[in-house]
Amino acid sequence: MKTDIARIPPPSDDKRWRIIDTTMRRYGYDSHCLIETLHSVQEAFGSLDDQAMHYISATLGVPLSQIYGVATFYHLFTLKPREAHHTCVICVGTSCHIKGGATILSAIEKTFRVKAGQTTADGTLYLQTARCLGSCGLAPVVVLNEETLSKANQNNVIQRIQEIIRHDA
Amino acid sequence: MSRLSQQVVTLKIDGRDVGARSNETILEVAHENDINIPSLCSVEGLSVVGSCRLCLVEVRGTSELVSACSTYVREGMDIVTHSERLSHYRQTILSLFFSERNHLCAVCVSNNHCELQGQAQALGLSHVEVAYRYPQLPVDASHERFVIDHNRCILCTRCVRVCDEIERAHTWDVAGRGVQALVITDLNEPWGSSETCTSCGKCVQVCPTGALFEKGKAVAEMSRRRRFLPYLAKTKEKSS
Amino acid sequence: MMPEELTELAHKEQTDAQQWQHQIHVCTATGCLSAQSDQVYTALTREVRDRGMDKTCRVKGVGCLGLCSAGPLVQVNPAGTLYQHVQVDDVPELVQSLKHSPVERLVCSTDIPFFQQQVKIVLANAGNIDPERIEEYLAVDGYQGLLQAVTEMTPSEVISEVIHSGLRGRGGAGYPTGLKWTTVAKADSHQKYVICNADEGDPGAFMDRNILESDPHCIIEGMAIAGYAVGATQGYIYVRSEYPLAIKRLRNALRRAERLGVIGNNIFESAFRFQIDVRLGAGAFVCGEETALIASIEGRRGNPRPRPPYPAEAGLWGQPTLINNVETLANIPAILRNGGGWFATIGSSQSTGTKVFALTGKVNHGGLIEVPMGMSLRSIVFDIGGGIPNELAFKAMQTGGPSGGCIPETHLDMPTEYETLNQIGSIMGSGGIIIMDETSSMVDVARFYMEFCQDESCGKCVPCRVGTAQLATLLTKIAEGMATPEDLILLEELCDVVKHTSLCGLGQSAPNPVLSTLRFFRHEYLAHIRQ
Ligand SMILES: Cc1cc2nc3c(=O)[nH]c(=O)nc-3n(C[C@H](O)[C@H](O)[C@H](O)COP(=O)(O)O)c2cc1C
Ligand code: SF4
Repeated sequence: MKTDIARIPPPSDDKRWRIIDTTMRRYGYDSHCLIETLHSVQEAFGSLDDQAMHYISATLGVPLSQIYGVATFYHLFTLKPREAHHTCVICVGTSCHIKGGATILSAIEKTFRVKAGQTTADGTLYLQTARCLGSCGLAPVVVLNEETLSKANQNNVIQRIQEIIRHDA
Repeated sequence: MSRLSQQVVTLKIDGRDVGARSNETILEVAHENDINIPSLCSVEGLSVVGSCRLCLVEVRGTSELVSACSTYVREGMDIVTHSERLSHYRQTILSLFFSERNHLCAVCVSNNHCELQGQAQALGLSHVEVAYRYPQLPVDASHERFVIDHNRCILCTRCVRVCDEIERAHTWDVAGRGVQALVITDLNEPWGSSETCTSCGKCVQVCPTGALFEKGKAVAEMSRRRRFLPYLAKTKEKSS
Repeated sequence: MMPEELTELAHKEQTDAQQWQHQIHVCTATGCLSAQSDQVYTALTREVRDRGMDKTCRVKGVGCLGLCSAGPLVQVNPAGTLYQHVQVDDVPELVQSLKHSPVERLVCSTDIPFFQQQVKIVLANAGNIDPERIEEYLAVDGYQGLLQAVTEMTPSEVISEVIHSGLRGRGGAGYPTGLKWTTVAKADSHQKYVICNADEGDPGAFMDRNILESDPHCIIEGMAIAGYAVGATQGYIYVRSEYPLAIKRLRNALRRAERLGVIGNNIFESAFRFQIDVRLGAGAFVCGEETALIASIEGRRGNPRPRPPYPAEAGLWGQPTLINNVETLANIPAILRNGGGWFATIGSSQSTGTKVFALTGKVNHGGLIEVPMGMSLRSIVFDIGGGIPNELAFKAMQTGGPSGGCIPETHLDMPTEYETLNQIGSIMGSGGIIIMDETSSMVDVARFYMEFCQDESCGKCVPCRVGTAQLATLLTKIAEGMATPEDLILLEELCDVVKHTSLCGLGQSAPNPVLSTLRFFRHEYLAHIRQ
């Protein structure tokens, strides 16, 4: 365990920092737990902001630029919070691709005027692609919020998204 | 391990018999014997990354190419540093470097002092076959003495290594990955507002191209001083 | 834990299992779960209880039953009746039928080659045991291999057994496992590590995930045996974070194994101790490459480094490290229990044992399969896979994902072996097989994989970083009919450079899908070229 680093207090009294602290403590504040720590921030706060990265840097003794480098290397981590009401993930893994995942993607992009990785102008829909959700037997697969649509086609996906959006209104 | 026991070995480089210690790399032994192997990422005194791939050489008896900077010599090795195949590969690799960003030598501070340009001349690269990608990348001139122009960066990570390994500031690192990768300072903040940068200028001295330069230099004025490096690396070794 | 306790627990579980008249197995692996098999499970449990049958009939969640394309799958034992596409509405009828004959309209015949021609070693327990209960693993001789290794064998005897088995790495390259173990065992160090590579990143591959979800203890046992053999006391399982269920089951299994004392200190009253920790990936395909994986466990960017030194010599924190794939390790307990000689009789002479494949794409029976090595590719597609749907013609079989190639009809009679697949420009890879029919465009497939590699390139070395981007641009140009004959020449030239000059396996194999489609489907490229 590292003892030479003076423990600094968390950036705010948000209770979620305790989860982050627990993670770092579990690994003895060793710099090698950087990725585990980032996971726990991402899970608790939904994204990694500057404040969190400063705190981790000071606590684990990892240089700021290194944290930024790690945070942007791995696709799972996001630096900006996402603010969309609904998320639509389209699998573009090989099986889904072969079975028409790309067609669904472009149809949604066209219908809702949004590009993969972006949110619609009105903030209702965040469109994302995934590199294989591992449900290849049911390809093509689309995940709408928590709901999995298997053997999907463009019509039923678009219809389902419209239903969900209409439900909000 | 054998590497620590430093046996003396003999090997062949381009048909010449040379002697070496077993803890030396092919690149080091070649340079001792005045055999030139091109390279862009390696700098004496810094850790080895093996990323520019220009120093690939053939080892007779194996089919794979090995990077001279990261491969230790072995007894009886028979190394070929120049061949038609290698020179074709090296030229293509250089083309890829040139195509990646915007290397307009005529308007660059490092014109005639640039290692990328130098390698292109030495390897006889006459034209770039692949399409230029021309990304629009930022230039950060917020530091009071230095500038970083990402359009000229070849991601050799010399600046990252010298800042971490010698200056111990670790201001630089690489962010993103693949063709999106960029060198950054701190949390990708303007260099000028970096809390960790000591303004020592070592990164500027090791940069092989015109990516990092001193303010006030005009076209073709940016030459580098880097003899200090091996010396600093030695003092670092002693103190740690 | 004492050796006798293990036997006792196993025996008790076996006796308990006999008291059930019926056991309803519901697949709760990710494939079926995404078809809502959890709701079917809950409905079945409730129905059985409501009918007061919960003393004689047990509903249990099990791992993968194999035929993922027909999920949700439910199997009723001991009769062995398999039901497909089971919906919540079907549940009352299904439970009712236990007393008389099966519900015909839901029955999935197990008389087809898909089930008949498989040989199960790695997946022997998948679909049979509840992965969340260690007792069920014990009841099928679980941890007996470890017991035998630790109490009756020296580390070098364990390694001889593995060498004798002829087992080769299932992570893609097929490096002889026994040889790798020997190297690590011989390395001189007080601290060594065993890493299980569960980063499975090939799109279209889900073998390792299903093994972890269906039978997590066999990985733990395999790792502990490996630790004993090479002299390591600490193990890490590096799992993709995209596999939440596998992670949950693995962590749960580790806790049970620790509590029971099959890992931890003084295993089976011996001096051997072994600890396992789980580490999560964070969405980077390149972290499957062993040096990148090590960097990632150390909390750094997943950049590979030049080898040598190999991890066996200088790996995690500079110490000798054994890295094996999930499926490789899953074979170990069976090899210890039955002997290396037994294993070597299965499969073919240079490629022994079985291989698990994730069979998907345009094929009638898709899912997770395990076949003896040496089986012809044709059998995999047409017997096990049941051929191509909609009366379309077979065009190609893709193996090895972004590092592999496309195999045409003319080469389908080749046996599934590491060397033969290499000869025809593909690789065994980790086990993803994607079948394409006549409607698939091979240029499109090549472009798909190249874009994948471009996205996943770590960016460290220039041939891969810029080369894959250039290749992807060229392939797009070709696919859109904008390319000239010179572009095709450039494409081939660049492939050669990227393949031979990249630093790690990702870049070195990125051109493979292009090269193999060029080799067998060149006419498709030419058809796109502007003359
Ligand atoms: C880019 C790349 C990705 C890889 N991905 C995986 C992977 O997901 N799982 C795996 O087991 N091996 C993967 N490998 C192979 C590993 O580097 C390593 O060879 C393997 O884990 C060794 O285990 P084995 O000998 O049991 O096969 C990958 C290799 C490369 C170059
Ligand atoms: S080949 Fe690609 S992934 Fe591998 S080190 Fe080079 S850039 Fe990184």
